[in-house]
Amino acid sequence: MVKPSLQVKLAGVKLENPLMNASGILGLTSYSLVRLAEAELGALVTKSVGLEARPGSPNPTVVEVPVGLINSMGLPNPGLEAFKAELKEALAKIRKPLFVSVFGFNLREYGEVVRRLEGFPVAGFELNVSCPHVGGVGEIGGNPEALEEAVKEARASTEKPLLVKLSPNLSSFAEAARLVEKAGADGIVATNTIRAMVIDLEAGRPLLAGVYGGLSGPALKPVALRCVYEAYEAVKIPIVGCGGIFTWRDALEYFMAGASAIQVGTALAYQGLEVFRSLLSGLSAYLEEKRIEDLSELVGVAHKR
Amino acid sequence: MTFPLSLGPKGRPRMVKIEKVRVETPQVKTLFFRDEACSGAEPGQFVMVWIPRVDEVPMSLSHVGSLEPNGLSAITVRKVGEASEALHRLDAGSFLGVRGPLGRGFKPVKGRVLLVGGGLGIAPMRPLLSKLKKLGCKATVVIGATSAGEMALAQEVEVLLSGWGRLLKATDDGSLGFKGTASRLAAEILKKEANYNQLYACGPEPMLTEILALSFKYEIHAQLSLERYVKCGIGICGSCMVGPYRICTDGPVFASQLLKNLPEFGSHRRDASGRKIPLPS
Repeated sequence: MVKPSLQVKLAGVKLENPLMNASGILGLTSYSLVRLAEAELGALVTKSVGLEARPGSPNPTVVEVPVGLINSMGLPNPGLEAFKAELKEALAKIRKPLFVSVFGFNLREYGEVVRRLEGFPVAGFELNVSCPHVGGVGEIGGNPEALEEAVKEARASTEKPLLVKLSPNLSSFAEAARLVEKAGADGIVATNTIRAMVIDLEAGRPLLAGVYGGLSGPALKPVALRCVYEAYEAVKIPIVGCGGIFTWRDALEYFMAGASAIQVGTALAYQGLEVFRSLLSGLSAYLEEKRIEDLSELVGVAHKR
Repeated sequence: MTFPLSLGPKGRPRMVKIEKVRVETPQVKTLFFRDEACSGAEPGQFVMVWIPRVDEVPMSLSHVGSLEPNGLSAITVRKVGEASEALHRLDAGSFLGVRGPLGRGFKPVKGRVLLVGGGLGIAPMRPLLSKLKKLGCKATVVIGATSAGEMALAQEVEVLLSGWGRLLKATDDGSLGFKGTASRLAAEILKKEANYNQLYACGPEPMLTEILALSFKYEIHAQLSLERYVKCGIGICGSCMVGPYRICTDGPVFASQLLKNLPEFGSHRRDASGRKIPLPS
């Protein structure tokens, strides 16, 4: 039997394999993007960038709990102009599709950031409308009118593939998925983190300086998986699964639920950049054993009745 | 993977009681505490120190419990900003949070060694001395300070070196020892005696670039400890990068070969937003 194919096409973009990093993992400086690209992933996503520089929340910004990590990074980024210089340097060295994650404090910001990156040879954009710990950004994804407007603004600014990363903290994920599809999105990333917090008993106060953070890792997996499953039934555009993927088994669950590609974040704190290699070899071995020629045959199989 | 996940002591700050505060200079204090994980640290590793309501900042361990007769670990802090001022206000009996030890420390190597500490750069190398002594090394230690009154830990280092090493002092104003920087003094030493097996250094980055140049000039392997703005401390956020390396997981101590022609090293650091900030040369 020929080696099974792990190539995927995501919103028209060809990926050598279906693995991506989750936005926020490395991906801010040119050298971090280059280092990320050296790992065995099929495509990259940058940290979220907005128009103006932001220092993010003060430390502590990340804390581990028994079911995952809670972060309140607070969207630190050097601002679009400084980021463009990093991106230019990175793109000169990277031979893999790269998506730029974009956030905005108002609806126009999404469109403007996307527009001002139009000349760059990036594969596409990922709209972060779901940061759970920065006031303003999370709300956009939670408000149907605002969400529609933000996607439309970005859509009007680019012909390139537009992914929208949604929050698991929505009363109806399927509804939000339908809405962004209708507004012109080419794909959905499911999901961002769950709004959460930790209190330190000795200090008697929230441990994270930003008070609220986003919970990622094992606790997020079944929630984000459910979101992927719901979205698969609701929309035709491809879905990228993201949340608590540590092993190839986790990844398979997402493919079966309907994800065409997956993103990995928290696992890097535990397994480093090698996590991509182990996911890939696990998936290959599974496909070979099951005599499945193409990973795409598995996408959404959990829906067959 | 097994669950629950655990980054161990890296995952979350532990509140530890300050057992003792020692005033080193008008601007420098050492805060001693008892902590099992810090006790087992490699010399050169750092902890994220949490001062509730203020900040969480990276600090090297100047004392590693398992290497000390009293079993206490410690951080040595210069008053430079909000977090360090808050640390200076703490007394014995108060609490602070520590997360870690984090990163990779110094590897003790046998033979004749030269250690160069600029300012508080001596702090993370202080526990290294115990390890080097056990290996039977012969050590020369250089401590540099702006002036005699601002030189910290020198007395203690002198005691630790008794019988197997010497301490040389450098001050910018010449008020004590050699007049000039620690790296200038190191250059003078190497000009006369180049038979060193290893260089260790920690201090301001211009000093480190000079030590790196000396390491190549005399073909002596070096281990240098770098500093950057650290956020997550567990290698995922990318705030503390120097070129392709993360201070928090690939460093803070780097071998000289890795630093050769390393982008950003010696030229830029980054602020909390990730913007490039030029370093003084």
